[in-house]
Amino acid sequence: MSKEATMAKVTALDFKKTLSSDFAKQILTAVLLPFIGLIVFLLLWASTAKNIDTSLGEFPGPAQVYSQAGTLITEHFAEREKAEAFYERQRERNEARMKVDPTYQPKIRDYTGKATFFDQIWTSLYTVMVGFIIASVIAVPIGIACGLSQKTYSAINPLIQIFKPVSPLAWLPLVTMVVSAVYVTDDPMFSKSFLTSALTVTLCCLWPTLINTAVGVSNISQDLVNVSRVLRLSKLAHVFKIVMPSSIPMIFTGLRLSLGIGWMVLIAAEMLAQNPGLGKFVWDEFQNGSSDSLARIMVAVLVIGVIGFMLDRLMLMIQRFVSWDKNAVLR
Amino acid sequence: MNELDKKHLELTRVGIEFPTPKGPFCALKDVDLKIAKGEFVSLIGHSGCGKSTVLNIVAGLYQATSGGVLLDNKEVNEPGPERAVVFQNHSLLPWLTAYENVELAVKQVFAKKMNKQEMKEWVNHNLELVHMTHAAHKRPDEISGGMKQRVGIARALAMQPKVLLMDEPFGALDALTRAHLQDSLMEIHAELGNTVIMITHDVDEAVLLSDRIVMMTNGPSATVGEILDVTLPRPRERLALADNPEYNHYRHEVLTFLYEKQRKVENVSTKKASGSKKGKEVA
Ligand SMILES: Nc1ncnc2c1ncn2[C@@H]1O[C@H](COP(=O)(O)OP(=O)(O)OP(=O)(O)O)[C@@H](O)[C@H]1O
Ligand SMILES: [Mg+2]
Repeated sequence: MSKEATMAKVTALDFKKTLSSDFAKQILTAVLLPFIGLIVFLLLWASTAKNIDTSLGEFPGPAQVYSQAGTLITEHFAEREKAEAFYERQRERNEARMKVDPTYQPKIRDYTGKATFFDQIWTSLYTVMVGFIIASVIAVPIGIACGLSQKTYSAINPLIQIFKPVSPLAWLPLVTMVVSAVYVTDDPMFSKSFLTSALTVTLCCLWPTLINTAVGVSNISQDLVNVSRVLRLSKLAHVFKIVMPSSIPMIFTGLRLSLGIGWMVLIAAEMLAQNPGLGKFVWDEFQNGSSDSLARIMVAVLVIGVIGFMLDRLMLMIQRFVSWDKNAVLR
Repeated sequence: MNELDKKHLELTRVGIEFPTPKGPFCALKDVDLKIAKGEFVSLIGHSGCGKSTVLNIVAGLYQATSGGVLLDNKEVNEPGPERAVVFQNHSLLPWLTAYENVELAVKQVFAKKMNKQEMKEWVNHNLELVHMTHAAHKRPDEISGGMKQRVGIARALAMQPKVLLMDEPFGALDALTRAHLQDSLMEIHAELGNTVIMITHDVDEAVLLSDRIVMMTNGPSATVGEILDVTLPRPRERLALADNPEYNHYRHEVLTFLYEKQRKVENVSTKKASGSKKGKEVA
């Protein structure tokens, strides 16, 4: 073998080595370390849980929580089967009556079984989204107005500073009373508990979006503003073509903070307003006080955490999609 | 050039005071300047003397506190596309491609005068003028500094301005790219005959490109110091000019103004003087 060939082989080997060590490092940071963290947490949890005695029995460890998660899933499917069976019977009954009397108007009744864990997750997601979207629709335009005009900002700033730190629990009674007083219809599209929860979420979601939007808008580069002035862009065109694109990152920072807060607020609001979501699930289990309750609440805690995380990732994905700067590091 | 021609753009006793925490700061005082149609005028002066301020007043981005600017006998008091600006740091919208940046200006200025097809052709025509057709669909962060500046110029030209205002358009570029763009600018000026006011720090650039060089005194209360008419025949060739005595004479005039009549930093010059004295003593 010639000398050059050996050299080439050596460098190729080195290359392979560095490649594999890089790969190993990546595996370590991406998979192994989080895995170790998780295992340590589970072990600590399992060992301490045994030593905590509550009036509802031992604090649930990972194993009980896991089995209760399984139970919740089976309960869900059992309930769905019941519902299907109910509709099947109803259909058969109606067909039978139609055969006897062709003019018969079939009656369709909704199944009124109890809400399963998954129904409750869905209710919570729906409620938080409605609250969050209402808040965003209000906060982004006001934030833009505050960022564009120092005078508007000065006028609104005291309100922001006062209302921002208010706990959702303080709002809730007021919202409840206002909803009961104002929302009176014979055929309600939304339940009152839903409206109360969603509006409480809205009240707490407004502020981070508003503040971050205002900051983002007021920090637009003067050069871009000058371009807009030289072109004599109208106010509206200025907002849509210059202001919005350049403050998208800050707007999204605000939206993500808001959604995070909204999700936390929602659980508390649902507990008190009795909106049939995860908050009510936790509350009902607590009131039930069976030996499984704590484990079931723990399942809810974990699900709430995972959903909160996924909501944040979702916002991040939307931000990546709308942001013009695809190279920006988003985290 | 007769006096009537010089009526295109008129600055009359323009002065401006900026409010500062320490009281008003008088940046410009009694700036008088008359510019003819199609003329290429450079503003030169030391950093901080008020060149950008003059340009911004002509652009309408700043309001003069005394005196005023007339363009074709109409007073200038707000920005507008008939006085297009090429900014020092390009100021392209980073979320739009080169084409879209120019298109934004065209759509705004020619909304009622052109149909879609004509607009498209006009955008492409202006990108062609600055030799940027090949990168028309790239974003500003995907093209070089010189290319961004070209797009900035294309955007300004696309507005068909009466006056083209350029604030150190090539200041941030390397010497080669700058020379390249200066040549392009001369070609474009020869072809379109726009009135141009350009700020520069570069004496060679000023002499090469201008019909007149306006030299400004140091601030505060800066004003027009001297005006130098450059009557070198066009088209001008940078290589041929390098050892043209007339060209060197102009250069010398500007340098004399900047470094003798308007010497900028006092302590540096005294140090230098004392240093040379010492040198003499040793010798
Ligand atoms: N908005 C402002 N408020 C207060 N002072 C200002 C303002 N704009 C400019 N000045 C002052 O006016 C003077 C002239 O500024 P200008 O930017 O016109 O200088 P310049 O000649 O363009 O300098 P350079 O060559 O460095 O760009 C400076 O002393 C500056 O501090
Ligand atoms: Mg300047």
